[in-house]
Amino acid sequence: MERDLTARLSATARASLRWETGLLLLVVAILIFGASTSSQFLTSGNFFNTGVTSGEIAIMALPMTLIIISGEIDLSVASILGMSSALLGYLWARHWPMLAIFVMVALLGLVAGLVNGLLVTRVGLPSLAVTIGTLALYRGVALILLGPNTISNFPASYTNIGVLPLPGTQIPYNVAIFVVLAVIFGIVLHFTATGRSIYAMGASPEAALFAGIRVKRVKTMLYMTSGLVCALAGVLWTFRLATAVQNNGLGLELDVVAIVLLGGVSIFGGKGTLAGVVLAVIAFAALQNALLLTNFNQEATGIVIGALLLVSVFAPNAAALWRTGLPRWARGRPRRTAPTT
Amino acid sequence: MTAGPDGPDADREAGPEDQPPADAQVPVLALRDAAKSFGAVHAVIDGTIELYAGEAHALVGENGAGKSTMVKILAGVHQPDSGELLIDGQPATLHGPAGAQQAGIAVIYQEPTLFPDLSVAENIFMGRQPLAAGRRIDRRKMNAEAAGLFGRLGVRLDPGRISRGLSIADQQIVEIAKALSLDARVIVMDEPTAALSLAEVARLFDVVRTLRAAGAALLFISHRLDEVFEICQRVTVMRDGRHVLTSELAGLTADDLVRAMVGRQIDERPTGQRAAPGELILRVEHLTREGVFTDISLDVRAGEIVALAGLVGSGRSEVARAVFGIDRYDAGRVVMRGRELRRASPTGAMAAGIGFVPEDRRQQGLVMDMSVQQNVALASLGRLRQGGLVRAAAERAFAADWAVRLNLKYGRLIDPVYQLSGGNQQKVVLAKWLGRQPALLIVDEPTRGIDIATKAEVHRLLARLAGEGVAILMISSELPEVLHVGDRILVMREGRLTAGFGHDEATEEKVMAAATGQLQGQAS
Amino acid sequence: MTSTVTERTGSAAAPGAGSRRLTERVFRIRESGIIVVFLVFVGVTTAIHPEFLNQQNIQFLLVNTVVYALLALGETMVVISRNVDLSIGSVLGLSAYVSAGLFGPHPGIPIPVVFLVGLGIGLACGMANGLMVALGRVPSLVVTLATLYIIRGIDILIVGGNEVTAQTLPNSFASIPRAGLLGVPYLAIAVAVVVGIGAYYLRSFRSGRELYAIGSNPEAARLAGIPTGRRIFTAFTVSGGIAGVAGVLWAAQYQTIDSTAGTGYELTVISAVVVGGVAIFGGSGSAVGAAVGALLLSSITSALNVLGISQLWLEAISGFLLLVAITLDRVISLRLQAALRRRSAGVGT
Repeated sequence: MERDLTARLSATARASLRWETGLLLLVVAILIFGASTSSQFLTSGNFFNTGVTSGEIAIMALPMTLIIISGEIDLSVASILGMSSALLGYLWARHWPMLAIFVMVALLGLVAGLVNGLLVTRVGLPSLAVTIGTLALYRGVALILLGPNTISNFPASYTNIGVLPLPGTQIPYNVAIFVVLAVIFGIVLHFTATGRSIYAMGASPEAALFAGIRVKRVKTMLYMTSGLVCALAGVLWTFRLATAVQNNGLGLELDVVAIVLLGGVSIFGGKGTLAGVVLAVIAFAALQNALLLTNFNQEATGIVIGALLLVSVFAPNAAALWRTGLPRWARGRPRRTAPTT
Repeated sequence: MTAGPDGPDADREAGPEDQPPADAQVPVLALRDAAKSFGAVHAVIDGTIELYAGEAHALVGENGAGKSTMVKILAGVHQPDSGELLIDGQPATLHGPAGAQQAGIAVIYQEPTLFPDLSVAENIFMGRQPLAAGRRIDRRKMNAEAAGLFGRLGVRLDPGRISRGLSIADQQIVEIAKALSLDARVIVMDEPTAALSLAEVARLFDVVRTLRAAGAALLFISHRLDEVFEICQRVTVMRDGRHVLTSELAGLTADDLVRAMVGRQIDERPTGQRAAPGELILRVEHLTREGVFTDISLDVRAGEIVALAGLVGSGRSEVARAVFGIDRYDAGRVVMRGRELRRASPTGAMAAGIGFVPEDRRQQGLVMDMSVQQNVALASLGRLRQGGLVRAAAERAFAADWAVRLNLKYGRLIDPVYQLSGGNQQKVVLAKWLGRQPALLIVDEPTRGIDIATKAEVHRLLARLAGEGVAILMISSELPEVLHVGDRILVMREGRLTAGFGHDEATEEKVMAAATGQLQGQAS
Repeated sequence: MTSTVTERTGSAAAPGAGSRRLTERVFRIRESGIIVVFLVFVGVTTAIHPEFLNQQNIQFLLVNTVVYALLALGETMVVISRNVDLSIGSVLGLSAYVSAGLFGPHPGIPIPVVFLVGLGIGLACGMANGLMVALGRVPSLVVTLATLYIIRGIDILIVGGNEVTAQTLPNSFASIPRAGLLGVPYLAIAVAVVVGIGAYYLRSFRSGRELYAIGSNPEAARLAGIPTGRRIFTAFTVSGGIAGVAGVLWAAQYQTIDSTAGTGYELTVISAVVVGGVAIFGGSGSAVGAAVGALLLSSITSALNVLGISQLWLEAISGFLLLVAITLDRVISLRLQAALRRRSAGVGT
């Protein structure tokens, strides 16, 4: 006796499906909008450019997804990006070998994440306040490192990642890195014990503790991962723009949070899928690009992002009200005694 | 009239002063033949209750009997589908909680909700603070009025202090003071003693007597029949949403009430022999945590159930949590099957074979928003892995297996666990831990808030587990449970072990005496 | 079941007048602590470089602080109720451009009208925020994040590539921040008075106390019959209105306004508010403390100047200060809770 596919899914899984379907429709709508307003939209050259410019934000959205599902937030991501970029420029100007610089930048990202993680888990501070503080602190470090200077004499072999695709393909390096990371994060989140524990600690921190989940350790690791990934994003950003300057990535953290929320991740934690965030990344990138091609003032795309963000939080409430607001315990008392699958 | 908190004589029988005053013929508040359904669920079918001034009336029944719905109707949260509500004999409608408040009805819930950052006085008068010239708040007057309320109740509490850090008992007193300040004529208390120590219960009962003497009508909902007999004059029993009986308590026994609540005689004694205990599984040596518990040493062997009895607040849960590694301890050691456990490491405890069913099912035992199958699998994810990955199918099979074994009642395994009844939720928690096949199972208040039938099931399960060789450490505040289920009974009082009894020599009096410090020769 | 009570009843009933004194002492330390820190900071800096406290510097400092202190007042009201308003920077920018931009096409426009326009813009934005948060029951972090984007976007569209320059502004407008008595700008006095009024309102009026209640325990507030929706709506409206007025003052002060005006202010203001003793999760704190927090953060700029330390350190120091402030708060609160618990109960409760 085969059952309908959706009947096998839990309530939350069904809700996610609805969200992702909505996102898919949104992406399609944006693609149609873009194609109809500009003949260049659906060209491979344009895909390439879009991928390149949105790459760093997309990459940073991945660890942010896990952090928000676990019940926390990280507003320092763009500052870690900027700080890594600044360190990169600083060391390069002092003639360090590039490989050593990569190691240092990676370490910096890990340490920055570790500081966040320790303040949140060991000292017990709210992550919103902590990462507002580290946002300023790390940006400040970037300022101290570079001052008003710009370093832009990076070798072409590195800065070419912003110009040339992966050899033999049309795919920009940013996108390739994003895809690989998305698969990894997706597997971790949805198919590992750690992923389950992330959902549990977001939904009920105490119960997770009592189930033997090492909440503090996992959260600290999430912040360190975020730091590392943002450091990577900082390196990519610097090479793409071929410039290290202290305000690299200024203000990006809000873009990243917006994308994750748009992807169906609940700000309260415990809910969301990585697939949703991937779709949101595509929607965001496509939208930015479509607006660019129509000569819409780039900086004003914020209006659209903001509107999308509002829709993403009001839609679930509206949907819940649409269905008759049955109290939880009235939604079907279990009657069967035999297990059903 | 005030009554002081100087040692009530709690074991007197109902005396003449407990009869409802002769002039209270008309009930202050009455609900007659109320019915309330939520969709297909008939929570209340014919609920009837009458509250008279100066009287404490108990409302008892199993979980699911409809008590909390009745309370919500009286609190104005729900409107009954049919039936009538009478205030002083006149039909009335309560328009929401505000309407109930205006009608003089106050409800004290089990978990008081105060504003932790605000002062006690401000908590009482929020929204109604006394004003001075220019609509400014008159703090001095507010504090004085609060102090006056506390005086009327016969308790001492500083109105100016911040309410963060108040014990639950004190928080309840603040709520009662708030009710008094609203000139409440009806005060409903929903399971008020669940989290109180004996002294705090005594103080609460003094306050109840004061309120009665001042003419309030009290509704007292409780699972603890001994308290019902102590403090109330009349009782209403409900079962499956229906009114079963209303009667004076004098002349009734606890068995009468239980029979009315359950409709049948429940024999709680688990059947089967008690096998001789096997090897030593858990040894706790001189465990100490400053200010919480001191010098706790105990053994649990395979196949035996050690019951840890004592009053609320004696430190038992803290000991259990320290053994499991959730809380830290300062001195002593915990040895599982000969190997010492690392402190404050739940993972280490789990690896050594300990399972822990915590006291608070909803906050600690379960992730309420997650599905039944995910909750059951949550502590076993490592073992369900195939190639490093966890698949939903594996979780489902695992959970289905345990659902059968524990006779779990649910809709679908993927339903969120908050949809289950209390008893079934507890079974999910048990399944979670039993799925790890622990050598030692620690259960803290295993049947709190569970209906009587499931309670019996859980007791039989524990006995069966012991028969299979599991060592069980059971913490319980319910004496009948302790005496029937425990092979050995240890008693804690104020952080120390004060007595130990074998199953056959233990009696309620002995255990209670050890728990309250009355035992001959014991320093108090 | 019979039981005789010989438990010590003392512990359960003790009022602990000591606890009250302890909590009051701690809270007074926290709220006045920021003042002490500020005074110590000023004292030390002046000791090293006496010119820190010369007239010019003081005036510059006060003028700088005015905008932040105003914003801090509005943000305090919002944060106390367990919300956050991230859109104030964008509102300030929009208000600054639109209001000051009126002088160009309407040179004779009376200054109060310009202020009213700014106020109006702020109120409109605040009301939009308030409606969405109060009615929609949606977290304010997300809502104001979105309006931060939207309002900034509107600002950019309106500004285009232009900017308002000093030449278009009449002297009477531009001199508002500088006019003063004995070196103390009138504006600073006015803002101090406004902050004082705001703090007094929050402390001594029912609706103000209700904001604290909402932040301290939102569920209990609802159960107690507090009109939470209305109060939150008002808090956001006021915050928006204040940001609008602050925008006009900003314009008078800096006199060159483009589409980047006010960018990033929200995080500085939230830092100031938290440093000033307002709990990030609401329920406690005062507007005066928040204003002093703003004063402290502003004065760091001047101090760095005077001490010869590069301005580049400013951001890092602000961030560090915020982290120190919240860590201290946490440690103090943990100690306080432990002490209170020990006093209000016996062993093991």
